[in-house]
Amino acid sequence: MSTVVLGYATYLPVHRLGPDSGLRTPRVVASFDENSTTLAVAAARSLLRRADPADVASVWLATTSPAYLDKTNASAVHAALGLAPDVFATDVVGSGRSTVGALRAASAQGGLVLAADVRVGRPGSSDERLGADAAGALLLGEGDGIADVLAQASVTDELLDRWRPPTSLVGAQWEERFGFERYADLVRRAAGEALDRAGLAEADHVVVASGNSAVVKRAGTLVKGARSTTTSPVGFSGAADLLVALGAVLDTAGPGETILLLSAVDGCDALVLRTTDRLPERRQPVPVRDQLAAGRPVPYTTYLSWRGLLERELPRRPEPDRPAGPPSLRAAAWKFGFAGARCTECGFVHLPPVPVCRGCGAVERMEAVPMAGARGTVATYTVDRLAFSPSPPVVDVVVDFEGGGRCSVEVADADPATVTVGTEVEMTFRSLFVAGGVHNYFWKARVVPAGAVSAEEDA
Amino acid sequence: MSSRGIADKVAIVGMGCTRFGELWDRSTDDLLVDAVGQAVASAGMRPDDVDAYWLGTLGSGQSGLTLSRPLGIDHKPVTRVENYCATGSEAFRNACYAVASGAYDRVMAVGVEKLKDSGFSGLLRSDPPADGTASELSLTAPAAFSLLDPAYTTRYGVDPGAMREAMTHVAWKNHVNGARNPRAQFRKEVSREAIENAPKVAGRLGVLDCSGVSDGSAAAIVVRAEDAHLYTDRPVYVKALALAAGPMRGGMDPGYDFTTFPEVVRSAQDAYAQAGITDPARELSLAEVHDCFTPTELVLMEDLGFTERGQAWKDSLAGDFDADGRLPVNVDGGLKSFGHPVGASGLRMLFEAWLQLRGEAGERQLPDPHHALTHNLGGRPGGCVSFVSVVGNEAG
Repeated sequence: MSTVVLGYATYLPVHRLGPDSGLRTPRVVASFDENSTTLAVAAARSLLRRADPADVASVWLATTSPAYLDKTNASAVHAALGLAPDVFATDVVGSGRSTVGALRAASAQGGLVLAADVRVGRPGSSDERLGADAAGALLLGEGDGIADVLAQASVTDELLDRWRPPTSLVGAQWEERFGFERYADLVRRAAGEALDRAGLAEADHVVVASGNSAVVKRAGTLVKGARSTTTSPVGFSGAADLLVALGAVLDTAGPGETILLLSAVDGCDALVLRTTDRLPERRQPVPVRDQLAAGRPVPYTTYLSWRGLLERELPRRPEPDRPAGPPSLRAAAWKFGFAGARCTECGFVHLPPVPVCRGCGAVERMEAVPMAGARGTVATYTVDRLAFSPSPPVVDVVVDFEGGGRCSVEVADADPATVTVGTEVEMTFRSLFVAGGVHNYFWKARVVPAGAVSAEEDA
Repeated sequence: MSSRGIADKVAIVGMGCTRFGELWDRSTDDLLVDAVGQAVASAGMRPDDVDAYWLGTLGSGQSGLTLSRPLGIDHKPVTRVENYCATGSEAFRNACYAVASGAYDRVMAVGVEKLKDSGFSGLLRSDPPADGTASELSLTAPAAFSLLDPAYTTRYGVDPGAMREAMTHVAWKNHVNGARNPRAQFRKEVSREAIENAPKVAGRLGVLDCSGVSDGSAAAIVVRAEDAHLYTDRPVYVKALALAAGPMRGGMDPGYDFTTFPEVVRSAQDAYAQAGITDPARELSLAEVHDCFTPTELVLMEDLGFTERGQAWKDSLAGDFDADGRLPVNVDGGLKSFGHPVGASGLRMLFEAWLQLRGEAGERQLPDPHHALTHNLGGRPGGCVSFVSVVGNEAG
């Protein structure tokens, strides 16, 4: 196994459930326009700012909350990242084990592992309280990595601990002590096996991911790391849990340290990594801890309406039509990749692409220009209280991009008070609405927080 | 612009206009029969005298059958046209050209819209299947026009409070005017406080900054200018008809600042050239303009050349465009208070010009008007179609 870990990133949505939901600690929740696919795109884009997209040999999207079935979700991620057509992309759907499956595949042949989930619990449930919506990304391939893969081991067990019918929004679990007792043995077995194979007596850091809250709570009693034993600091995020927990360790681990990654889901899977000297300079710019702290509260009733757990009155406007297949395919580079068209005669940038130049009238003299990474400023803006939206009101901005180009888009995670003429924005991939079962994927602007690390500086 | 125009070649000899409003008890057919009947009667014609029809409607029917069926038109040409909110003007423009070409002697332009059967607020869109990325999908019309407000205050350094007062004045003035119009949707004055405190719709635009969503119909009969006196002693002559469809550059061009409609500037230049007008603010007696939202009317005052750039808000507040101001604008109440049944609105504007130029405007009558402008716009800042006409009560 010659692959190494080339990079990592995590993405936490900005919204938090606060005291009005009855929770003592803030719960990370995805916005109404986010789903597992858009969360995965956000984590992947963060990672690829510090890595070479040419190193992405394949894409593996692990989730327990796929936006589609019968249709690959990783293909939308692939399109949003602007990857070459010959890059394989697939979903690995079902449980936290799917993430391990993706890791095994990518560590064998190189690939971008994305794990993302929107975890929904009934109001007042432990899944609502202890869960999180999040995404993680891990890039494996050949070359100079931030960590080497030393060993792996797995134990499989048929165990009724957590389950959810495919048609249900919320899941169920057996008494957690039942699962804990079983998992305690499985975790020790897998950990011992993996450490043996790596030739280690113990690891510096032990990371435990599990949907069983007792395993999480008592992780330190199962396997101890010499320096740390941790679980995800943000709450259980389903398929993303393992990568979020690993990300938090990679945020702080030193070079040359070993990490034992344990996923206790229907058995236990163990992976042993050793960090390299390159880790410190290639950490994600905003660590998980700071991503967690940067959230802001969303009213509980708003959140419940986002998840369909509370039906609210909407503006008296018709629901939009579903996006149509053929036009979406023809416009794929624009719709999914936010690629504009630059006139090769005069340089005018068109968003969206058009055949005839608005600057000089040249006909079909366009080249694609990637704009997803560009920053822009707000030329003018408005708050639309009439427009149909799953979460009114809609904040709209006209964005002028650095290097040319203008378009009108919605603002994601909008706080109207922070938007004015001149506000700096960046683009983010979202689902504008769902109509006829079709996710209307497109890009929105997001206000760049004051003092944030810019994508460019970051690169 | 290179249009030659058809100044003084055709004249309006009859018009009709229904009451506008939430007419729950009247169908599209009822409205058409009403407006057409008024127009035919005012020209002293029989329905069979009309040789060809142009019907403008955005969404209240398709094809010429929408008119021929309720009227029982006997195998005559009926063309249905659509050009967003400038649909009624477009029906009129093409009807005029048909007469000017010599193809027909007597034609009718009819506009109709039945908006209030949908159960929704505002206008509905009927877009072809698409990729779901068009900003029009999420940005409603009031939101699109509300972009003018912060752009204008930023460009000209206008205090937002003063801008708000100017927008309020537009709504207040048009309600004062509409209160004196028996056909208007809203026939009452509204206080400035009520306008400013109305529930917000988009940006700083409240409900009372928006035009009335309504049902209605209007119609005009056009004949050759030399035949006009066969039908009426007071024909209204068509001096200019101009239309500009923008390339929708503004939405893509950082050089566009959302304080003007280039389409309006171009169509106005064309119309003034056709009509031989060099100083519109002085040569026009009144203007009916597309006040879909209050900041639109302010910007139009500049684009139509009624005032200098950056001055419309001041002139408006000074009462320049009030009924007793230097150039009365929307003396019939405008879209704001007369209402905006889309396909009918362009013809409704002409109807007020018709009444005023014939001295039939009742308590709204202006002293001795001779030239009127109508301006009708479809689309939004950044990309629209703009229509401008000039009509007068004397040939030559």
